[in-house]
Amino acid sequence: MASVVGTFTVDPRSRGAKRRARGEGATGWAFVSPSVVIILGLSVVPVLWSLLLSFQVNDLVSPSEWVGLANYKALVKDPAFGSAVSHTLIYTALYVPLSVVAGLGIAIALDRKIALIGLYRTLVFVPFVVSAAAQGVLFSFVLDPEFGVANSLLHKLGLPAQGFFSDPGQALYLLVAISLWSGTGFCVIVYLAGLQGVSSELVEAARIDGAGRWGVLRHVTLPALAPVTIFLLLFQTINALQVFDLVFVTTKGGPLGSTTVIVYFIWEKAFKAFTAGYSAAAAYTLAVALLVVGGALQIYRRRVAAR
Amino acid sequence: MKRLPFSGWHLVLAPLALLFALPLVWLLVSSVMSNAEINRFPPALWPQGINLGGYRYVLGNALFPRWFLNSFIVSAVAVTANLVLGSLGGYAFARIRFAGSKLVLGLMLATMVIPFQLTMIPTFLVMKQLGLIDTLGALIVPSLVTPLSVFLFRQFFVSLPRELEEAAWIDGCGRLRILVSIVLPLARPALSTVAVLTFLATWNDLTWPLIAINSDATYTLQLGLTTFQGQHHTQWSAVMAGNVITVLPVLLGFLLAQKAFIRSLASTGLKG
Repeated sequence: MASVVGTFTVDPRSRGAKRRARGEGATGWAFVSPSVVIILGLSVVPVLWSLLLSFQVNDLVSPSEWVGLANYKALVKDPAFGSAVSHTLIYTALYVPLSVVAGLGIAIALDRKIALIGLYRTLVFVPFVVSAAAQGVLFSFVLDPEFGVANSLLHKLGLPAQGFFSDPGQALYLLVAISLWSGTGFCVIVYLAGLQGVSSELVEAARIDGAGRWGVLRHVTLPALAPVTIFLLLFQTINALQVFDLVFVTTKGGPLGSTTVIVYFIWEKAFKAFTAGYSAAAAYTLAVALLVVGGALQIYRRRVAAR
Repeated sequence: MKRLPFSGWHLVLAPLALLFALPLVWLLVSSVMSNAEINRFPPALWPQGINLGGYRYVLGNALFPRWFLNSFIVSAVAVTANLVLGSLGGYAFARIRFAGSKLVLGLMLATMVIPFQLTMIPTFLVMKQLGLIDTLGALIVPSLVTPLSVFLFRQFFVSLPRELEEAAWIDGCGRLRILVSIVLPLARPALSTVAVLTFLATWNDLTWPLIAINSDATYTLQLGLTTFQGQHHTQWSAVMAGNVITVLPVLLGFLLAQKAFIRSLASTGLKG
């Protein structure tokens, strides 16, 4: 191993190899430069530009004007932003724990060798690959108050028809339900992969020590899956805080603003109202929140891993 | 195959699997219903026969074939570019020692935590400067290579034994030759993971096309479907036919390459 640290062992007898080893730097940069230019160019530059924008008034067309912290001050006082934050938090607080817990439960149920198990796994997972746009269009139809199959079924059962997406009291919760339908499969897949790594000897040992099914789950399986759980909490939280496509397709933030989430607010301010500076300030606020959540969970994850 | 004994778990798993499948079954069923069946109250729950009116409408009168082509072009270019640029970059970061490589790799990986909303306004302005807004170029350029693709290739190449390449290196092969003829043929898992993740991300994206594209001839399928639904909300069978066309490539891809899909997505969870 000592001879191959960093680069290949260069045979001292071969002059060509020596000369080539010197040219390695150029080759390395040639290989990575397209990726570096595209990735850093379309991330570092925009991130700094966004920061500048958030201190400016900008309508995406005319030259911008410096306003200092005015956008942030206005944001704090804007009741529309406040309700966007609270809708996003409600959505996240419901979607994340429900999808992770359901994902764990379903993964445990699917982690056995019985007939048709492959089919069950496929069906549970398949909604995950369906785009948010397609989900939104499908459920707009299913939940259409007049022509939708949901009200048709309620009618058959003798229950009153519902307003669904036209009811401000229901719309946000329906978005959570649709996201659970499509997003739980991902948790199932990740947990199923994680379950393969749970030592069967440890499970066996716990059984011999008299642990029941519940005891094994609590004292062996769950601790072993802790890193997976933390990853899923992080991944699902980041996704939930950024929900947009499904909202855009189904409710456009309505009815009566009841489903306006943060990213919808950001999109609307930038590309509908053409107040890009204000929108950038909102985006920065969200990014900092995401960074805090991500950082906190990463630290917790390290601690769990170190244990 | 040996018949497995009946398990009580079927009583739990079968209804559960059905619950997940039902909306997609309904999508398919309603796409072949006639408007008369959908528009009466209460709407029919099962079609009398197969009615292809919806499909005829979206393939004939609407721009769906064009949108399909646009989505296909964007996804195909993005997948190819991510495989080429991602493997080049990933290989260099894994094997070649060059000044600044650690710093650049660290920076690139750090950009993965930047949420898209933070970059979308400046990216729009950059694309406007480049004259790409309202062209497929605006959709292609930002998705040519992602840090995740570079990272996945790097991780895979690091795990390969170096001895495989040493003989070729001593024989005087260049890095590119080694990458193409020795390393990549062994990299099928990494290639399929990057292809699957890139295809899913580009084919299913709505946010960026919504911002970057204005004219309906340049729409992608996701954007086209969304707009089409807004304009035809009384022709549900046509909308559902369009929806089937939008979902079908991903669904077929998933069913044909299920193992690759699941391994790819699970790997983002276990290594990420």
